Amino acid sequence: MASAFELRRRNQLIIAAAVVAVMIALPLGIKDVYIQNILVLTVMYAALSQSWNILSGYCGQISLGHALYFGIGAYASTLLFVKFGIIPWFGMAAGGIFAAAIALIVGWPCFRLGGHYFTIATIVLAEIGLILFLNWSYAGEASGLQIPVSGDSWTTFTFLRSKLPYYYFALGLAAVVWLVTYFIEDSKWGYYWRAVRENTLAAQSLGVQVFRSKMAAAAVSAFFTAIGGSFYAQFVSYIDPDSVMVFQFSLLMALPAVIGGIGTLWGPAVGAAILIPLTELTRSYMGGGGKGFDLIFYGAVIMIIALARPEGLLSLVTRTRPAPP
Amino acid sequence: MLEVQSLTTAYEGLVAISDISLSVGASEIVAVVGANGAGKSTLLKTIAGMERPASGRILFEGADIAGAPTHRVNMLGIALVPEGRRLFPRLAVRDNLRLGSYLHRRKSDREAPLEMVFNLFPRLAERLDQRAETLSGGEQQMLSIGRALMTRPRLLMLDEPSQGIMPKLVDEILDSVRTIREAGTTVLIVEQRLAETLEIADRAYVLQTGRVVMSGPAKEIAGNADVRRAYLGI
Repeated sequence: MASAFELRRRNQLIIAAAVVAVMIALPLGIKDVYIQNILVLTVMYAALSQSWNILSGYCGQISLGHALYFGIGAYASTLLFVKFGIIPWFGMAAGGIFAAAIALIVGWPCFRLGGHYFTIATIVLAEIGLILFLNWSYAGEASGLQIPVSGDSWTTFTFLRSKLPYYYFALGLAAVVWLVTYFIEDSKWGYYWRAVRENTLAAQSLGVQVFRSKMAAAAVSAFFTAIGGSFYAQFVSYIDPDSVMVFQFSLLMALPAVIGGIGTLWGPAVGAAILIPLTELTRSYMGGGGKGFDLIFYGAVIMIIALARPEGLLSLVTRTRPAPP
Repeated sequence: MLEVQSLTTAYEGLVAISDISLSVGASEIVAVVGANGAGKSTLLKTIAGMERPASGRILFEGADIAGAPTHRVNMLGIALVPEGRRLFPRLAVRDNLRLGSYLHRRKSDREAPLEMVFNLFPRLAERLDQRAETLSGGEQQMLSIGRALMTRPRLLMLDEPSQGIMPKLVDEILDSVRTIREAGTTVLIVEQRLAETLEIADRAYVLQTGRVVMSGPAKEIAGNADVRRAYLGI
């Protein structure tokens, strides 16, 4: 409509290009595997949280069960690879599509629930998923699945010597999800989602099909979350239910967005850049004795953000105009 | 244009409006007045498809839309400015307006009503980047009306637009309703403010506990002492 608005949009793209350029160069000087590992996880959680943000941030349907889609992605590509020899690239796509389908099936009853009831339902469903995989013998039950790693190969997406290929894939995924969010933000669906979040009744009075909007957001969100899950499986090359489907993942997808700014374009990336290195550093610092400490840490983070900056850290820099006199 | 025939709507068995019949002709301003709880909002919501009628027909340009979902009613050209404005508080004024326009596929259709909205409410044009929640009550009502106009309705329904607005702005908003009609949009307005509303309306219906108890030209209703005393408690 107005050019100031379009200018702001274009600036976002320029900033994104600059950030990606910096992130491409960032690991080149780093030989330390431990730090490379942190970089991979940080970028991966930026992508995951960005995916979560589509459903929970933009559409306002707070999910604390995204570990389900993450796990589905991880298991889909791994099962197809281990049992049928299908390369993970196809497995990834299959996992994404399958997770999106599951999200629609889950959404059918759950989107009739409002607010907290929806959130609780997502937690319960993810736990059911966890239990199912713990008892599914074909998928290795609790002992999980090992991805055979024969050497460095882009075809099977396995790398032994360096973590950089994983890093660049995760960075690419984060960039793609960011771009998808960027374009959706200024599209009909983006406006519909925010309308549903802000005021469901008002949205309805404008002809927004609330249920369909939620379903669309859930499908897109689950799709990219599952791609992240497939990636993670390849990255760690061994998965079991406890390492890909536990509640911790649901939290780690939600928290970066909450810290940076929920329902914003940059919130998940900013939040991940702060939270993930902190988490990893405290984890290694506390060692085995710190089990459970990360949960205390997350709790503290949530409280500080809720009290000091309910709209996330980004609200420190994005100016909102004062109310008229 | 709109023909409501013996419409009844009930909430969990409790009848909110009962056997209501009314008609709105093209380019008319028709007012529905009545005390709090008379069923005015329910009537509009039922027409808009946000409540399901228990019985009766709602004919819009000949087609029965009773029970049709809101988005379909919208598509046919009916827009509701809901009670209490119901804006998207944290979205910018621009985004609120834009949300009204997505009913139309073509971009040119979406942007066409903008000029009219800005002419009607120049304040909105000045506040495009502001969040809706930072607007004053009157400006929020203007935005709510503007947002409904972005759908390019042929019938605009307003639910208590004067609610919670300072008197000076009430006149401004009611004046804008006149302008909207002059631009060719039919108006069905629900209000508690009797005098001001009947001044701009052509015809009026008086609602009491879910029933139409009187109808006629607005001037006659305004001059009728019984209406003022018995039904509106003034």
